Amino acid sequence: MKHTLAVLVENKPAVLTHISGLISRRAFNIHSIAAGASEDPDITRITIVVECDNNDELDQVINQLAKLINVIKIVNMTSVESISRDLALIKVKASPERRSDIVDIVDIFRAKIVDVNRETMVIELTGEEDKIDALCEVLKDHGIVEIVRSGKIALSRGPEAAAKNI
Amino acid sequence: MKLTGAEILVKSLEAEGVDTIFGYPGGGVLNIYDALYDCNLNHVLTRHEQGAAHAADGYARATGKPGVCLATSGPGATNLVTGLANAYMDSIPLVALTGQVATNFIGKDSFQEADITGITLPVTKHNYLVKDVKELSRVIKEAFHIATTGRPGPVLIDIPKDISATRTDFEYPETVNLRGYNPYVEAGQEQINLAAQAIAGAQRPVIYAGGGIIASHASAELKQLAELILAPVTTTLMAMGCFPENHPLSLGMLGMHGTAYANYAVSDCDLLIAVGARFDDRVTGNVATFAPDAKIIHIDIDPAEMGKNVRVDIRVLGDVKNSLARLVERVSAKMATEWQDKIARWKKEHPLSYDQKCGGLKPQYVIEQISELTKDREAKICTEVGQHQMWAAQYYTFTQPRSFISSGGLGTMGYGFPSSIGAQVGCPDATVFNIAGDGSIQMNIQELATAVQYELPVNVAIMNNGFLGMVRQWQEMFYKRRYCNVEITAPDFVKLAEAYGAEGIRVTEAAQVKPALEQAMASSKPVFLDFIVEKEENVFPMVPPGGSLNKMIGG
Repeated sequence: MKHTLAVLVENKPAVLTHISGLISRRAFNIHSIAAGASEDPDITRITIVVECDNNDELDQVINQLAKLINVIKIVNMTSVESISRDLALIKVKASPERRSDIVDIVDIFRAKIVDVNRETMVIELTGEEDKIDALCEVLKDHGIVEIVRSGKIALSRGPEAAAKNI
Repeated sequence: MKLTGAEILVKSLEAEGVDTIFGYPGGGVLNIYDALYDCNLNHVLTRHEQGAAHAADGYARATGKPGVCLATSGPGATNLVTGLANAYMDSIPLVALTGQVATNFIGKDSFQEADITGITLPVTKHNYLVKDVKELSRVIKEAFHIATTGRPGPVLIDIPKDISATRTDFEYPETVNLRGYNPYVEAGQEQINLAAQAIAGAQRPVIYAGGGIIASHASAELKQLAELILAPVTTTLMAMGCFPENHPLSLGMLGMHGTAYANYAVSDCDLLIAVGARFDDRVTGNVATFAPDAKIIHIDIDPAEMGKNVRVDIRVLGDVKNSLARLVERVSAKMATEWQDKIARWKKEHPLSYDQKCGGLKPQYVIEQISELTKDREAKICTEVGQHQMWAAQYYTFTQPRSFISSGGLGTMGYGFPSSIGAQVGCPDATVFNIAGDGSIQMNIQELATAVQYELPVNVAIMNNGFLGMVRQWQEMFYKRRYCNVEITAPDFVKLAEAYGAEGIRVTEAAQVKPALEQAMASSKPVFLDFIVEKEENVFPMVPPGGSLNKMIGG
């Protein structure tokens, strides 16, 4: 089962190296990892989606990550009410005669067209992973040139912040 | 007054109470060595940086204080890596200082540049590359704090050459502010109560004690608990001596080459109290059949060890000493039952044994003699890795914590000799032995020059069988005796010792063992004792790899 972890770390050099090094050394099965700024300039927030067969495995991932000196706090977003999003940019083949078909698909998915040229279009979609997977699947028929995805980011619902009490 | 980074380093080490550094100079640390010229720190010049790292490790294990080693950039730093990995696996507090090329040369493949923080990432508890001299004192303060608290471990500080030369104001911080690091963990009362209840209900308890007992100075509490509930105590290799082996409740070591009675007791117990131990594969054998009937209590400071290798029923997360002391308050004394009789019977029926009659000089006999001759004095017994290490664990009667110094987790051949140098530096009055094989001793034999230079009367007892004995044993037992590259030649160790300015003694017969050991212990020089022992002696009992603990060969 996939679990989404919000990992709050010190905004210091080499922190990501420590995290990725640990993940590879302990042979953890990581689905995605997304890092960026948080509300506190001293804290970087990393969202890690990890695949674990059981709770012991998940405990290992959390406990080993928590042992890193620069990791301040870890919140399991899967165990709280949360919103998650993934951003994808998809470059798809779009000859003039097929553009309208693609525009229809884009509308259905509430995606955006952010670039067009004679041969291709770039489509932007923000949403849950499944939705993006579904769009990619449909666009396959038109010929996907390339895809970039941000990896999942997640935030809890309600008034509380992950950085509470640190 | 403004000080250079190098001067700040020295002042910070002094502020941490460091008295000894094991190191090796080079271009990247010239500024640091220049600052050392004017200070009172004792610097031990090893003959290889790996020796410096192991010596600092041996110093730390023997004294309980953090070890400090120092090496130059590039190859100096990479030579520390095995020593760091070794300390990391055995949770030994170490602070490693390395020189680095100047900050404007980093990333340019400069002369003697190595990305040592990148390389040592998985083998250090934490590491730092100092890019601003203003951070240096804080980093050193944090490094010692991290290395010595919680589950101890090695910390590396990489100091570029321009940083060690730049001047700034020096003030050593009094406190550490690391919001992601909270090492002072006390177990919850509920967990202590659960553990106490389990103990009260147990018919056949066994205590399985690990290196955490030594790290946490918890030998007294361990003994109290064991005597109170009459639980036999088996120790891991890391924990030898934390419970006196001449105590009636002692089971000696468990695991692959543990005593038969320790392995039977663990396999048959209904409650296993694991304290400061981590269920290493050499301890558990096949985890599916490990302590099959037992409820398992795990007392440890590291949450990541709980349930990592085996299922745990009661997790007591906290400092071992504190947890044991509180547990002792909660449990009531138990009466002897048939469990104690059963263990006594196993001890009688399956003692450690070897055949003294046939074959040449037996290494087990040599170790028994070392044990006998050092029993009434402060002794530090270091080992290399291999058969001799297991015989040392089996046939030396350890009664004091920090008296056995051996590479457990990493299994580093070449560890013993430099660690014995560190132990002797840290404990000048102790009788220090390095029990070695003829293979292992050749891995860091250059450190004999260090021992001679600093007049360290380390005794090196080489169990010389002309083989890489443990590998040979596996080839004999599991590879149809196809001995492949395990016959190893060695120099004449007596002549070699003399060439270095040490003493050498060759021993070929049992009758010569005691006088030779007495002569070595009386000598003020380092001594190489070349024991020509039976060539194809095997270490028994043995749990075959992946096998169940109670299915031993030669048990």
